[in-house]
Amino acid sequence: MQSAETQALQLAPRRRGLGLRRREMLVGYLTLSPWAIGFLIFTLGPMIASLWFSFSEYKIIQAPRWIGLANYQRMFTDDLFYKSLQVTVYYTVTSVPLGIVAALIVAVLLNQNVWGARIMRTIFYLPSVISGVAVSLVFAWIFNYRFGILNYILGLIGIHGPDWLGWRQWALPAFVLMSLWGIGGNMIILLAGLQGVPVTLHEAAEIDGANAWRRFWSITLPMISPAILFVSIMSIIGSFQTFTQAYIMTGGGPAYATLFYLLYLYRNAFNWFEMGYASALAWVLFAIILICTLLALQVSRSSVHYEGE
Amino acid sequence: MTTASWPIQRRRQRWLVAQRMAVRVFVFLLLLPLAGFIILPFLWMLSSSFKPIGSGIRFPPQFIPTHWVWSNYPLVFQTIPFLTYMRNSIIVTGGVIVGEVLSSSIVGYSFARLRYPGREAAFILVLATMMIPFPVTMVPTFVLFNLIHWVNTYLPLIVPAWFAPPFAVFLLRQFFMTVNRELDDAAKVDGCNELRILFQILMPLSKPALTTVAIFSFTANWNDFLGPLIYLSDARKFTLALGINYLRSFRGGGDLAPQMAASLMFSAPCIILFFLAQRYFVQGIVTTGIKG
Repeated sequence: MQSAETQALQLAPRRRGLGLRRREMLVGYLTLSPWAIGFLIFTLGPMIASLWFSFSEYKIIQAPRWIGLANYQRMFTDDLFYKSLQVTVYYTVTSVPLGIVAALIVAVLLNQNVWGARIMRTIFYLPSVISGVAVSLVFAWIFNYRFGILNYILGLIGIHGPDWLGWRQWALPAFVLMSLWGIGGNMIILLAGLQGVPVTLHEAAEIDGANAWRRFWSITLPMISPAILFVSIMSIIGSFQTFTQAYIMTGGGPAYATLFYLLYLYRNAFNWFEMGYASALAWVLFAIILICTLLALQVSRSSVHYEGE
Repeated sequence: MTTASWPIQRRRQRWLVAQRMAVRVFVFLLLLPLAGFIILPFLWMLSSSFKPIGSGIRFPPQFIPTHWVWSNYPLVFQTIPFLTYMRNSIIVTGGVIVGEVLSSSIVGYSFARLRYPGREAAFILVLATMMIPFPVTMVPTFVLFNLIHWVNTYLPLIVPAWFAPPFAVFLLRQFFMTVNRELDDAAKVDGCNELRILFQILMPLSKPALTTVAIFSFTANWNDFLGPLIYLSDARKFTLALGINYLRSFRGGGDLAPQMAASLMFSAPCIILFFLAQRYFVQGIVTTGIKG
């Protein structure tokens, strides 16, 4: 006698009139469709349109007019384009490495079974859950030249602090300093990586006489290098898209010292309605981000250790 | 082992324990000022929200107000339509969360459970789209929404989330893969179709992952500034993120104290949510690498 289950199994395909495999395929494509439709409308379509706009003059009121490479040629003579690129690259090459080293230091310290590790982890992550707007408003006051607490604290140790957001040479360093406040997300990823390093490796090395520093360089760092690579790439991508802080705290000033790339792109698109030029700027940004990511992956090929290789 | 080595070993062990304690104390002392650096702006925001008007331009700055005033909070409500903005933020954030959880569950199920040609390629595309920067699609998407007259409505902020955003799909797919497949096989035998398997078996079992998706979606959209800035031009339709920035343009709103009161009220839901659901935040970051 057959059990009810096997009977049902045998009956199922015939009852539905469709082969099980064909049915699975059909349901598969149906359940995939929300993503596929969204991908076409909100990603692939806009990317193609954006590429087309980037070769056009397009001020939204008239249809796009093909002008070939003119938008890209315009960048070569656009001082503000160079300035915004310079600002963003400076910010990226300072804030990303500093942020990752800081996040790594905090993660390593938190991984030492320290007192109150949980509450410490909470504190370090907390800035990541609040908004760019609120953070920018608070920091605009903290950086205030005469009345801000940063210069007050610097004053206590005898340093006459600069007008952070008002002086050309200090505005960008102020942004870098502020970015260090938000290392919590990276720290948690690195901490998870550290917790995945097998204790046995450390014990074995300790028996072999390796000191803590040596163990960190030869065991910990290689073991968490995939996490470091990941965090680096995501941070670079994020840093090239810095916007809210600059929009709120300085508006790109003083003298364009904080004219971040995305801020300049935003102004072209939504203040001056230069949709064509803005699209060209967007593609250059995309190319830069892509090159940085590929470079990071290239560098990683020799230095990142994947377990099981 | 000789008996003589016992006391030596015990002494060595005691020394090791002491050393470890010393390291812990030392590390704690190292971390303390760093944690202070992180927490200080929060405390500053909190204490400044109770300072009298004009204290933003006082030297030296006070860490604890000499006299506490509550008036900044009502002042915020009088200056900007805070409750309207809050309602708008709730509409946008709520609309996004519902759509994101539903659509990503369906697509996550598709990737985790069903076999069909092209699935792997589609999944690689999902991963690849996570790397595409928002600015690349920002301009044409605006043009599209402008064309269908959706600009200055909440639809451009809500509708894209109903088409399975990649981070959520990835996270849910990973989670569904860990759920024992025999459960849905058994349900299939009992005559359940795929939708019922998803909604009545997989989703109830995946509450932690769904919660993670929902809270990340909440903080990201509650805090989003660029999206509303592009699409909302009517000041009555602003979300809170735009609203508290808007506060600065009013008389009296330009001062430290009301700004901090508004920032605090705006951030409070995210901070409270974080303390309630910390483990979901950590889990989400670790699985997908979103940094919140």
